Amino acid sequence: MSEISHRQIIVDGLWYNNTGLVQLLGLCPLLAVTSTVVNGLGLGLATVATLVTSNTVVSLIRNHVRQEVRVPVFVLIIASIVTVIELIMHAWFHELYLILGIFIPLIVTNCAILGRAEAFAAKHDVGRAALDGLMIGLGFAAVLVVLGAMREFIGSGTLLAHAELLFGDAARAWELAPFEHYRGFLVAVLPPGAFFGLGLLIALKNLIDRRAERRAASLKARMANEPAVQGT
Amino acid sequence: MEFRTTSSPFVADRTHVSRIMRQVLYALVPGTLATAWYFGPGVLISIVLCVAFALLLEGLMLRLRGRPLKPFLTDYSAVVTAWLLALCLPPLVPWWMLLIGVFFAIVVAKQLYGGLGYNPFNPAMIGYVVLLVSFPREVSQWLPPAPLAEHPLGLMDSLRVILTGSLPPELSWDAVTMATPLDVMKTGLKMDQTVSEIRENPLFGDFGGVGWEWIRNWLALGGLWLAFRRVIDWRIPVGVFLGMGLVATPFYLLNPDSFASPAFHVFSGGMILGAFFIATDPVTASTTPLGRLIYGMGIGILAWIIRTWGNYPDGIAFAVLLMNLAAPTIDYYTRPRVFGAGSQRKDGS
Repeated sequence: MSEISHRQIIVDGLWYNNTGLVQLLGLCPLLAVTSTVVNGLGLGLATVATLVTSNTVVSLIRNHVRQEVRVPVFVLIIASIVTVIELIMHAWFHELYLILGIFIPLIVTNCAILGRAEAFAAKHDVGRAALDGLMIGLGFAAVLVVLGAMREFIGSGTLLAHAELLFGDAARAWELAPFEHYRGFLVAVLPPGAFFGLGLLIALKNLIDRRAERRAASLKARMANEPAVQGT
Repeated sequence: MEFRTTSSPFVADRTHVSRIMRQVLYALVPGTLATAWYFGPGVLISIVLCVAFALLLEGLMLRLRGRPLKPFLTDYSAVVTAWLLALCLPPLVPWWMLLIGVFFAIVVAKQLYGGLGYNPFNPAMIGYVVLLVSFPREVSQWLPPAPLAEHPLGLMDSLRVILTGSLPPELSWDAVTMATPLDVMKTGLKMDQTVSEIRENPLFGDFGGVGWEWIRNWLALGGLWLAFRRVIDWRIPVGVFLGMGLVATPFYLLNPDSFASPAFHVFSGGMILGAFFIATDPVTASTTPLGRLIYGMGIGILAWIIRTWGNYPDGIAFAVLLMNLAAPTIDYYTRPRVFGAGSQRKDGS
């Protein structure tokens, strides 16, 4: 089996295999916590940390775990890591921890993480597994942040509200509120807004992909035609 | 010699989308005029605005999707959607809210799903629910009906309120607006008043609210005409009233102090408009005869449950959307048997 290149891992994780937009895994936290940028970023970072650590650990032990028991072992590893991350957030980002609530322990059940452990980390060396965890995690976090930004901006007319929960008191001034008397558009903050927003993001990604495909095809056609044109 | 045979059906029906939609529009006229009579000309302005927005957005989306404009713009389906949305909303809703509602109705609920005939949800109700969920205060703020109105607004004043959001200087919102009968009933019951105490409020008439019930009568007249012309199937409205009556009557008979009468439920809120004009949307409703009855009853039962125990005073819009979701399943289980096929008769074996 030929080893997958690092470049391929990066491109796949961030774009072609994006957890939020292509695999559609982990939709529960994706849809539930993205009411603001900061909530999305908080959960995104927690997921990145979990993915990198779990992929690394799973890859390290991949030759010592029997096939028959691998899934329970992976789940145990992921659960321990998530517990550690939960305690860390409880200690240092207490307010954010309270807002994200049940969705931090629920990272354990995020199928993207077990999926990466099973489909990638258990079959590749540590370096590639860690890189894959980082890229998949960043791709997921990017979707969380963009969706959070869309919903926060349309729903409450702000951006980066409550940034101090994540970045300390200095970030209090980061909040942007471009409209002075914005009355809010509640549906964007409520669950339906998450579905609308995610649907639009997926459509946008497909549109970009299709544009790129068409451009590549027309480029190829032109290159194939060129000698014929010169020949006549 | 060649005998050409075409497949059945052989009789071409004259019904066409634009013809059906036009008849729905005619049927809406008496109810609309009654609304304008009791609540001022604001409703006419919002209908004009909604229809204009709807045609504009429909045209824009058709162009984006590369579809021909003329057949879809002239089939009146967008006009019906916009008109129904405007009738559901209070008469003085600002223009930008109408635009948002029409946007969600036409662009999101209809065109993004593939246009007329492909939308799983009733577009007008999606637009209404998005507004109701996003701007609950504005959308539940009705005007007092004409017999109770101390400061009725004329055409120019209504136009100014809709376009600029500002009232004539000598008036405040509290003086111009009033809760709906359903709202008053809901708040009263929450404060442990009995139904008969609540009904002493001058807002209430014989069955529903003063003025409100007359608008409902005129709407029902249009609806009955539609059912008589076979534009809509009578089973859906009958199902809605049957379902509502089925749950409302026993509760009312057991405890008339804390449950409003079935007649009140029928004559207030969106019951009649919903039963005749919204639930009967041929695209989103069930299509089999038995299925339509079940579909209608589901709406009636759900609407009463939401009105009685839910957070919103009226539940018709939510009930219609929920049953839209259930319509394909209902159709699946109520398919009529094709004549001569799948006989129930056992052949002794």
